[in-house]
Amino acid sequence: MTDSLQNGKKDNILLEVNGLKKYFPIQKGLLRKVVGYVKAVDDVSLYVREGETLGLVGESGCGKTTASRSIIRLYEPTAGQVLFKSRVLSPDGRPRMVNLLELNREQMTKVREEIAMIFQDPINSLNPRMTVADIIAEPMVIHGKYQKGRSEEIIISLLERVGLRADHLRRYPHEFSGGQRQRIGIARALALNPRLVLCDEPVSALDVSIQAQTLNLLQDLQKDFNLSYLFVAHDLSVVQHISDRIAVMYVGKVVEMASSEELYANPLHPYTEALLSAVPKPDPLYKSERIIMQGDVADPSNPPSGCYFHPRCRYAIDRCKAEAPAFREVKPDHWVACHRAEELQLKGI
Amino acid sequence: MESPSQPAATATADRPADAQQTLIEVRDLKVEFNIRGGVVKAVDGLTFDIKRGQTVGIIGESGCGKSVTARAILRMVPKPGKITGGEILYYRYSRYPRKDGKSQDIEVIDMTKLDPDGELVRQIRGGEIAMIFQEPMSSLTPVYTAGTHLNEAITLHRLIPLKRLGDQMVEKIVEYRRVTKEEAREIAIQMLRRVGIPKPEQRVDSYPHQLSGGQRQRVMIAIALSTEPYMLIADEPTTALDVSIEAQILDIMRELQQTANMAIMFITHNLGVIASMADEIVVMYMGKQVERAKVVDLFYNPKHPYTQALLQSVPKLGPKTGARLASIEGMVPDPLHLPSGCVFHPRCPAFMPGKCDKLIPQWNKVGENHWARCLLYEE
Repeated sequence: MTDSLQNGKKDNILLEVNGLKKYFPIQKGLLRKVVGYVKAVDDVSLYVREGETLGLVGESGCGKTTASRSIIRLYEPTAGQVLFKSRVLSPDGRPRMVNLLELNREQMTKVREEIAMIFQDPINSLNPRMTVADIIAEPMVIHGKYQKGRSEEIIISLLERVGLRADHLRRYPHEFSGGQRQRIGIARALALNPRLVLCDEPVSALDVSIQAQTLNLLQDLQKDFNLSYLFVAHDLSVVQHISDRIAVMYVGKVVEMASSEELYANPLHPYTEALLSAVPKPDPLYKSERIIMQGDVADPSNPPSGCYFHPRCRYAIDRCKAEAPAFREVKPDHWVACHRAEELQLKGI
Repeated sequence: MESPSQPAATATADRPADAQQTLIEVRDLKVEFNIRGGVVKAVDGLTFDIKRGQTVGIIGESGCGKSVTARAILRMVPKPGKITGGEILYYRYSRYPRKDGKSQDIEVIDMTKLDPDGELVRQIRGGEIAMIFQEPMSSLTPVYTAGTHLNEAITLHRLIPLKRLGDQMVEKIVEYRRVTKEEAREIAIQMLRRVGIPKPEQRVDSYPHQLSGGQRQRVMIAIALSTEPYMLIADEPTTALDVSIEAQILDIMRELQQTANMAIMFITHNLGVIASMADEIVVMYMGKQVERAKVVDLFYNPKHPYTQALLQSVPKLGPKTGARLASIEGMVPDPLHLPSGCVFHPRCPAFMPGKCDKLIPQWNKVGENHWARCLLYEE
C-alpha cells in the first residue's frame, strides 16, 4: 500500500506521506518488558499540494496529532516515508523531494526552517518567562539567522501582520488573551518564512468570535506568504471552512481523503457519513437523521480485526471482519478505505 | 415520620401535572466578585424563567457569566463572589412529606436568601436541582468507583416509600425510609444502563480512570439524574467530547427529559448544540443579558448586533459559500474596565456615536417573547 499514492496526481506536491506508522510500546514490570504496542498512527498516507490546505479530522485519540508530529519527527516514526519538497537541502536551491525520515539530525534541523508548527494550547506553548520579542526571535536565533536591527524589523512587521502592535514586543505571554497568544504563536511559526505549516487544533481553545478572526487571519497569511497548511482539527465545520481537501482519520488510519466539497456532498466511507450526521447544525429547524454510532472508538492497542470501523458500522458485512480494506482511489482525487465504497449510497450534507 | 392528612396521590404522582408551571424565576440577578483590582460584575441584571419540562439555553463566550449564573442558582458561587442583588425564586414542590408537617403545596423559596451551607439548600442542590459539570475528568473523584459516586447521591436524596393498605383497601404511602446500600447499588446499575453504559453490572465498580471520556460524562449524567431532579443544570456538558459521543449524550438527555418532564438549563458556547436542544435562549455578553428569545426567533431573526455577529461567525457545514467568516472585531473587554454605555459598543457594527457610548440600553421587548438590550430598539 506504500506506493498506492504514486498513481495519484503528482503535480505540485509539497508533502507526501506514505504508510506512516508510529507505534508506542507498552512496557510492564521491573524489566520494562514490551508487552504490546499502541498503534497510534497505523498506515497514514496523504499528500499536500503547494498553496493548499489539507484538513485532517478525526475524533480524539485517533492519532491525528501524533501523525502531524511524526511528519516533522517530533515523534520518531516507526515506519513509512515522508517526502518533502525542500529548498534548503538542495545544493542548487531548486526544490527537491527528500525523505525526512532518512535525514540526519543536522539536516533535520535545517529542514525545520521550512516546516513550522502552530500548537493547540496558546497558553502552554509559549514560554512564560520570555517576552514576545524573544519568543518570535527564537526560531531565528536557533537557525542562526538573527541579525540585530534587521530581525527586529521583521519581528515588528510580523506582529503587525498578525494583528498585534509593536508596543507589545516587550510584554510577556500572560498579559495577552487567548486569541492574542495564538496570534503570537502564529507569528513565531512564520518567523523563518516556512512553506508548510502544521496547524494542530489552532482554534479549538478559542471563543467563537476569536476563532473566526483567527481563521480569517490564517487564510490571509496563506495567500500572502503562499503557505501550505496541514490543518489538524476535530471540528468538522471549521475544517470544511478552511480546507481545500480533507483527510478523515479513524483509529490511526486515514479512511477517506477528498476535496472538501466532494467529501461533504458524497462521502464514501460510512464513518465519514456518521461523523457528518453527528455534527450539530446551528439551525433549530434543521431536522437531520443523525446516525448514532454505537459503542466507543476502538482501542488502538487492541484494534478489532479487519476494518477497524466494522463493530460500529451499519453496513458491515462478513468481509469487513476478516479483511482490512485498502486505501484506494475510487474516483479521481477521492481516496477511501472501504470494501463497499462502490455499492453504498451514503448521505452527505 | 408519620404522614399527615396529605392525600397520597400527590406523592405518588411525583410531579404536578401542569408542564407549563414556572420552576425557576430569576429576577435582576447580580453577582459580583470583589477582587484586588476592583469589583467584577460577573452577572449584572439577569432576568429569565424556566418552566417545567422546558430547556433554556444560555450562550455566550467565555467569561460572560454563564457558569456563574448556574452556580448562583445552586448557591455555589466560588469565593470571593457574592450575590449582591436580585432574586432567584424556586417554586418548590416537595415530593416527600415535609418534616415540619406542613402541606405539600408549592412553596416559593428565594434561593438568594438561603444559607449556602444550610439544610434546605443541601436538600435542593443535587436532590431537586442537579448539575452536570463541564469536565468529566476532574468532576469525579479518582479514588472512588462510579458506584460510590452514585451511591452518595442516591442515599442522600432518595427515599423509598413504604406502602400500607389503607382504609379503603387502597395502597397508601405512609412513610418514607432511606435507601439501603443494596438498593442504592441496584438503582445505580439501573441508572448506568439508562445512560447507555455497556455492562453496567461491571462498570459500576470501575474507577474514573478506567472509563473513557464519554463514559465518564455519562456517569456524571447518571449521578445527576439518579435523584430524579426537577431541573438539570448542564454546564457545557459535551464541550470536552467528540461529535459522535456528543450526539449520544444529547440524545440521552433529550430522552430522559421527555420521560421525566425535567427542566434543563443548558449552558454552552456551541450554537449547533443549543439549536437542537433549547426551547428558549438567553444570550449573555460581559455579564449582561443582551437578548432572549425562542430558539427559532433567535436563529432566524436575531435582534441584537452581538447575537447577529455571533451567528455569522460560526462556520457552517454544507456547500461552500463565502471565503471569509464574518468576525467580531476587537476583543472581549477587561471586566474591570468595562466600556461606558453599552458594553458591546467598541465592537459593534451598528455603533451609533454619541449614543451607544453614553447611554446604557434598557431591556426592551422587541417582539413576542423576544427581548433585547440595545439602543437600536429604543426611542
